[in-house]
Amino acid sequence: MKSFVEEVAATPGGENINTCIQCGTCTGSCPVAGEMEYPPRKIIAMIRAGMREEVLSSNSMWHCLSCYMCTVLCPRGVKPTELAHALESKATQQGFRIKGTRTPAMYRSFVSSIKGNGRVHEFGMMLRFYLQANPLAAVKMLPLGLKLFLHKRMPLIPKRVKGKEDLSRIIQKFREIRGN
Amino acid sequence: MKYYSYFPGCSAESTATGLGLSVQAIAKPLDIELIELEEWTCCGSTPYSSLDELESILVAARNLALAEKTGLDLVTPCSSCYITLYKANLYLNEHAQLMGQVNEALAAANLSYQGKVRVRHLVEVVFNDVTPEVIASKVKCELNGLRVAPYYGCQMVRPDYGFDNPEFPHSLDRLVESLGAEAVPYPLKTRCCGGSLIIPEENLALGLIRKLLDNAVSNGAQCIVTPCPLCQTNLDAYQSKVNSKFKTNYNLPILFVSQLIGLALGIAPISLGLNTNIVSPRRVLDHILMAKFYTTQGAKSGT
Repeated sequence: MKSFVEEVAATPGGENINTCIQCGTCTGSCPVAGEMEYPPRKIIAMIRAGMREEVLSSNSMWHCLSCYMCTVLCPRGVKPTELAHALESKATQQGFRIKGTRTPAMYRSFVSSIKGNGRVHEFGMMLRFYLQANPLAAVKMLPLGLKLFLHKRMPLIPKRVKGKEDLSRIIQKFREIRGN
Repeated sequence: MKYYSYFPGCSAESTATGLGLSVQAIAKPLDIELIELEEWTCCGSTPYSSLDELESILVAARNLALAEKTGLDLVTPCSSCYITLYKANLYLNEHAQLMGQVNEALAAANLSYQGKVRVRHLVEVVFNDVTPEVIASKVKCELNGLRVAPYYGCQMVRPDYGFDNPEFPHSLDRLVESLGAEAVPYPLKTRCCGGSLIIPEENLALGLIRKLLDNAVSNGAQCIVTPCPLCQTNLDAYQSKVNSKFKTNYNLPILFVSQLIGLALGIAPISLGLNTNIVSPRRVLDHILMAKFYTTQGAKSGT
C-alpha cells in the first residue's frame, strides 16, 4: 500500500510535495492561515509524516480561497493551492466528516446545482446551502438577497440549458470508465 | 473585426448581470465579435475541483470540446472560468491517460477534444488584441479627473499563465489610463476578496473586503474597477455588511472594467448595466460624464 505522501504525490497538483524545504513562504503569504487548524507549511509536514487522519479531517484546505499567492511565491514549485484541492477531493471521496467549516456543504450545493441545471443557479444554490447549514443565517441573508433581486442580479427561476442532458451523459460515462 | 468564441460564465447571467451586459456592449465598438458558445455548461469552478478533481476536468472539457469545433480562441470575462478552463486544458495536454478517458466519456455526447483550444481572459484580449492605444483613440468621453483603484483580484493573474505579473500587474492600470482616468496606487490590487467563501465563511471574507475598501479609499480612489464577477459582488453587495460589522461608512462604487470602458466609449449607462450596481456610481460619475446619459435614464426610471 502506498504511503500517504506517495498517494498525494500521485495526485494532479501534488507532484512536487517532496521538494518542499519548509521555508514557510506559503503560510506567510496566505490571507487566511490564521483561521486554519494547520497552516499550509504544517499541513505539508504532516502529509510527509504520514498523518493521514489528522490532515484529511482538518478544516485547513477548506479555508483555502484559491488566491494562488502561495503557488506563485513558493521557491520550490510546490503548488499548495492545487494541493488543497487534492486534499479536499480525497477527504470527500474517503468520506471524512469535517468539523469547523461550512465550506464542504456549500461546495456540495454548488456542484449539485451544476448537475441539476447545467449551470449554477445561484439563488437555488444559496437557498439550499443556507437551509441545510443554518436556517437562521438564511433569514439574515434575506435583505441582501432582496437587494440583489431588486438590482436584477438574482433570477429566481433557473435558465433552461440545452447542454444539460449531454453533461449528465458524459459524467455518467466517466464514472463507468473510472469504476473499471 | 476579430472573432472569438465567447464563454460568459454563470455569474454573467445572474449575480454579475452588469458584467454580461457591459461586455456585450463594448465588443462591437472595440471591433471584436464575441460568438457565444452554443449550449455551454458551467466550467465547474473551484467547488467542483474540490469535491472531485478529475471529474471537474471533464466538466470543463465539454466546453473546450465545443470551442474546438469553432476553431476560434475561447474568451471568458470571468476570472474563475478563465483559470478553470485554462487549467483543465493544461492537465489534459499533460496527462495523456486522462485525455483518453475524458474523450471516451465525451463520446457519449458525440464530442471529442484534441487539446487545441487557446483559453483567454477578456481583459487579456482587450489589452493585447485591441490595445490601450486603440481604445484611447476611440474614447468619446474622457474620464478626466476620475481617480480609480484598479483591482485585479487573484485569478486573472495567478497562477501565472503569462499574461501579466502575478504580484505587480499593470494591464488594468494601463486600460484605466487609456480612458483618461487616473489609476491610483493600490498596493492590495491583487489580494483576495474572499471569493466564494463569502457564503460559508462570511466573517472571514468581510475582513478581507474591508482591507480592500480601506486601501482604495486611503489612496484617494473614488471608485474601484475589477474584471471579476466574484470580486465585484463581494465588494459591492457586501459593502453595507462591512459597514455594519466594522462601524465604517464606505460608499465606494465598484465597477466592472468593461463598464468603465463603455462609459468612456459613450455607451449609455443602462446598456452597461450600471443600474445593477448596488453602490450607485452616479454620485462619482455625474460630474464627469455628460449629463445627457442620466437624463435619458432618469426619464425612464422616473428618478
